Parts: sequence; C-alpha cells; structure tokens
Amino acid sequence: MLTVKDLHATIGGKEILRGINLEVHPGEVHAIMGPNGSGKSTLSMVLAGNPAYEVTHGEATFRGKNLLEMTPDVRSHEGLFLGFQYPVEIPGVSMVNFMRAAINEKRKYLGEEPMSATEFLKLMREKRSIVDLDSKLASRSVNEGFSGGEKKRNEIFQMAMLEPRLAILDETDSGLDVDALRIVAEGVNKLRTPENATIVITHYQRLLDYIKPQIIHVLYKGRIIKTAGPELALEIEERGFDHIIREAENAEKS
Amino acid sequence: MNALKQYIDLYLANRELIDRGSAGALNALRPAACEALSVATLPRKGSEDYEHTDLSAILSPDFGLNIARRHLAIDPAQSFSCRVPSLSTALFFLTGDTFGAADRARAQLPEGVIVCSLAHAAREYPQLVDRYYGKLAPLSNPLVALNSMLVQDGVFIYVPRGVKVEKPLQLVSILNGEIPMMAVRRLLIVLEEEAEARLLCCDHTQGADTPLLNLQTIEIHAGARSRFDLYELEESSRLTSRLSSLYLAMEADANLLLDGITLFNGRTRNEYHCTLSEPGATLRLLGMGIEDDSRTLDNYTLIRHEAPGCYSDELMKYVVEDNATGAFSGRIYVAPGASKTEAYQANRNMVTTPGARMFSKPQLEIYNDDVKCSHGTAIGQMDEKQLFYMQQRGLSLPVAHTLLKQAFMADVIEGVRLQPLRDRLRMLVDMRFAANSSDHDCNTCAMQEQTDSNA
Repeated sequence: MLTVKDLHATIGGKEILRGINLEVHPGEVHAIMGPNGSGKSTLSMVLAGNPAYEVTHGEATFRGKNLLEMTPDVRSHEGLFLGFQYPVEIPGVSMVNFMRAAINEKRKYLGEEPMSATEFLKLMREKRSIVDLDSKLASRSVNEGFSGGEKKRNEIFQMAMLEPRLAILDETDSGLDVDALRIVAEGVNKLRTPENATIVITHYQRLLDYIKPQIIHVLYKGRIIKTAGPELALEIEERGFDHIIREAENAEKS
Repeated sequence: MNALKQYIDLYLANRELIDRGSAGALNALRPAACEALSVATLPRKGSEDYEHTDLSAILSPDFGLNIARRHLAIDPAQSFSCRVPSLSTALFFLTGDTFGAADRARAQLPEGVIVCSLAHAAREYPQLVDRYYGKLAPLSNPLVALNSMLVQDGVFIYVPRGVKVEKPLQLVSILNGEIPMMAVRRLLIVLEEEAEARLLCCDHTQGADTPLLNLQTIEIHAGARSRFDLYELEESSRLTSRLSSLYLAMEADANLLLDGITLFNGRTRNEYHCTLSEPGATLRLLGMGIEDDSRTLDNYTLIRHEAPGCYSDELMKYVVEDNATGAFSGRIYVAPGASKTEAYQANRNMVTTPGARMFSKPQLEIYNDDVKCSHGTAIGQMDEKQLFYMQQRGLSLPVAHTLLKQAFMADVIEGVRLQPLRDRLRMLVDMRFAANSSDHDCNTCAMQEQTDSNA
C-alpha cells in the first residue's frame, strides 16, 4: 500500500529525515517509536504533504501512485489520513461545514454526487458515537475551545467520517488521561478492516496496550534503526531507547 | 482646479429650480452651505483624515443632477425587490434621491411614526424638521456643505416618545442612470425618548457601465433611553462612488448599533461621527469590507465620549484581495470629565495578495483619568497551519481559502441583532467569497439569490 524508499527531507534547510525505508500492507498496524527529535512527526508531515517540508531525495508510492507529486488534498482523497499531534483550531468554521466540505470534495474527486444534507447528518451522528463525541462539539468551530482529549477524539471522529485507507496517528495518546486514551484507542480499533492500515506514532508503550501493532520501528536521527515484532515495544518500555541506539551505532561502526 | 466650483456654479445658476424641487428647512440651509463651500477647499488626498481617498478625483467628473425633479422611468418596486427571507420588513424605496410612494409599508407602522420623503416632511411637519435638520452635520465638513447646498430630498424617519417599531424598516436605495449621475441624499432620523426602531439600508446600483455618485449625509438624533439599529449594506458596482457622512448624537442611556457592510462597491468613503453626549449611552459600531479587484474602501470613525459612564465598542474587519485598497481611520476621544468611560476599538484585516493594500490608523485621545480604553489593529495573511490542516482533510486550497475568509467575518456577523438578517448576511458573505465577484449583477439583489449551499 505504502512504499517509502530512502526518503530524505529538510525543513528550513535542516535535514531531519535521512533515508527512511518503510513498507506498509493492507490490514497491518505499524508503530513508529523513538526519542524526542528523532523525526517521527516530520515523517508524518512529509507523507501528508505539508509544504513547510522539502523532500530532497527518495521516493514514496501510495497504492502504486507517486505520493510526493500529489497535493495534500489529493493525498487525502486517495485515502491518506493524518491524525495531528496538535489539532489546529479554526475559529469561525463549524465542524459541520468543515466535514461537509471535506466529504463533498472527496466525492467530487471520485466523480460522485455531493451528499445530501440528511444523509450527511445521519453519517455525522453515526460516526460521532464511535468516539462518544458530544453533539455540541460537532456544532462548534473546528477544535475551538476543545479540551486536549476532545481534540484527539475529534481527530478520530474525522478519520471515521473520511474512512481512510492509511491512517497515520501522530502522538494521538499525548495529553490523554486513561479513559480518553481507551475511548480513542477503541475508536481506532473499531475502524480497522483487512483493507486499511494504520501507522501509530508514539513515545510510549501505553497506547500499544490498546492498539496492537504487528510491526514496530524505532526511528532515530532521521533513520529507522530497528524493526521488529510487538515484543520490541515491551523491551523499550523496560530498557528505554538507549541500548537500541547503542546497538545500532555499534553495528554501523563494525 | 477646485472640484467644488462646478457645483457652486450649478447651484448659483439654478437656485430657484433647486428650491422649487424641495422645501422649508432644506432650502433655508442652502445659502449658508454655499457660503461655507465657496471658502472651503477639498482636503487633499494624503491629508490627515483623507489619507487614502481622493475627494477631488471623485467629485471632478461632470455628473448630472436631477434638479428639475424629473420622474425617472423606472419603477423600483417593479424592477427590483430586495427581500430578506423570513425577515418581514416595512419596505421603502429611494431611487436616486427620490422617495417612492409607500402607503402599504406605512400602514404597518404604529401610529405617530413618520417615514416619508424629507422634502414632504419639511412641508408637512416644519417644526419637527426645523428642530433637527442640519443640527448635527456641520457645514465645516465640505461633504456635508455640498450635500446641504444641493440636496432636495431624502428620507425622514421619526419615532415619537415611547413608541416601539416592531417591524424592521428597510430602505432600498437604487442608483441608476444612462449618463453619469450624482444622487444627493439626506437621511434625517429622530428617535425621541424611549423610542425603538431598526433600519436596514440596502444600497444598489443599476447599470454597471455608468459612473454614479452617491453623496449622502445621515443625521441621527437618539433620545434618552432610545434604542436603534442601523444596518447599511452596500452592493453597488465598480463604477459607483459613495461618499457618506453620518452624524449621531446620543442622549442618556441610548443604545445604538451601527453596522456598515460593504459587500460590493467601487470607491467608498464612509464617515461616522458619533457623539455620546449624555451619561449611560451605549454604542456598538461594526463594519465589514470585502474588497477585491481594484475596489477601494475607506472607513473613518470618530467616537466622542463627552459624558461619564458611556460605553462604546467598535469592530471593523476587512478582507483585501487582488489590487484592492482598504483604509481604516478610527479615533476615540474621551473628553475631560467623562469618567468611567469604557471604549474599545479593534480593526482586523486579512490581506491575501501582494497587490492588495491595507492602511490602518487606530487612535485614542484621552483627557480624563478613570477610563477603560483599548485600541488595536492587526493586518495579516491566512494561517498556514490552518490551511494545511484543512487540506489534509481533503479541502482544496481555494475551498480552504474561502472557508477561512468566511470564518474571518464570523464575529462581525454575530454582532447583528436581528436573527433573520444575521442568517441572511452570513449567506451573502459566504456567497461573496465563494463566487467570482465579476458575476455580481446589481439588477438582481444578492438578497434574493438562493443557493442550496446553506441548506
């Protein structure tokens, strides 16, 4: 589904990604872990097409198409979703109008008719229940005045509305208490199908108790230095990143 | 060359004709206005309060005036209807400077309320008109002097003591002409003690190919504890110029909302001179300008706090695009002795292209302690983070731009105190940003156009 080869990217002239290789297939859940500043968020931004970042080398294909040539909205239409670490507040734009515009833009891209108002409201109601999002929040401006937990739930709600093929969840667990974490994780699990895939970016093992990844990558200084099964997360929880980093550095030297 | 000279000559050559087409107080003020004008010079572009409006250029063309009071061939009610759905109004028309017959609308008003032609009022209610006409707008303002010298008609609105006009008044003004025409209008609005009314003025232009000029002066007397909303909505054409001077005096505990909305225009200069002359007066002044192409909007506001315990709150917002120009000059003046004044002013602007220009001059002049005042201005672009977030969810850049521009105006729209008008205005603003402005046709009112975008 997603193939990334030797991807390099910079922001403000500074190289953050220094040769990422990644392969994601339908039905898989990947976790990307790593210490602060290792490039996890940059990777998610680059895959989603944030114009602030420049890809200097390498390639990324999504379902056989060149991802890097697509504008961010086309990537979204093709089925790529990014759950933001810091969801953006947009005062004056109601959630309802925002989501309706998003759904109808996608339908236009796929050559479908716009969704009727009744159909749309029904869909909103249905998807809201997945993450227990209050109907009052849905009628407010996008993320404005939402608590940290509400913002993250709102991200998963939007993911449910857009039904992406590949969801990249950037630190969706940060700032959540245990209950909110469970609700968000359960939401993500409900949306899993054999056809779609998820990349979870996180610092901690905690989220992975709820969302079970098959494959875990450790990102360090812009490269994936280790890839293994779920047991790697437990190892990191117990012993931290240091020994993995040392291991990788030793391997590089020898 | 003094652009005023042609108008003075016109007046001197046609005094009798002009007087014959008008009456009483309007005629009585003309000689003084002419005298004031003959020694006046138009403020140059770049001078203190006219930094971005070239009055001389606007007034120089040889505009025709309908001083002979010829009936125009159009029947506004036939060719035009401006409706705000679910907002039922008492609807009046002003074509050029001519007030249309409005018996049906008048029948909906409470007893004692007068809404009529100003010239008619000067004949029928001379004591009233004499008492209020020309008392707020000073002839030292050349635009007021020019208006006072040439004006033959306009609208008189009078709400007697304690009367509440439930039904909003709506005044649809239409400018038109086969040749360049100038409409000289006067609005005289009097609210006695505890009177209440709301007025929606919709300004339109028919015939987008002719340069037209609207020279209007508005005087509003707000009595003690009166309540009044004035919404002015300009939807004119690119060749239309508007020079509007509004003068407001508020007595004790009066509560007013002034809202100037410029959706479509050519060159516009709006002046608001507001005086809170007795304690407890409350004024909310709102404004919105959507300027693209090479349109120009210049709003000048002066709010004078002359008595203690008054409150004013001003919010003006502009979106300036293409090669358009926006200007805002706002001054709050707190007189000696005006303790416990609360006065706030904010001007926020979104400038979307390198060719667009916004000029903002917020000013505070405070001559008393014990006041709460603030002023602020901001000029910025669209937020990159918001744009990326919206794109990530599948909105194309143009759609994201439109949504952000619409959202930018949300708080000005929220300030509208008439729910149906608020809803309608939201839709008009949405449509304004969503559609190419060259699609705008002034022969059909945007208030009428229906889309299902808001369904």
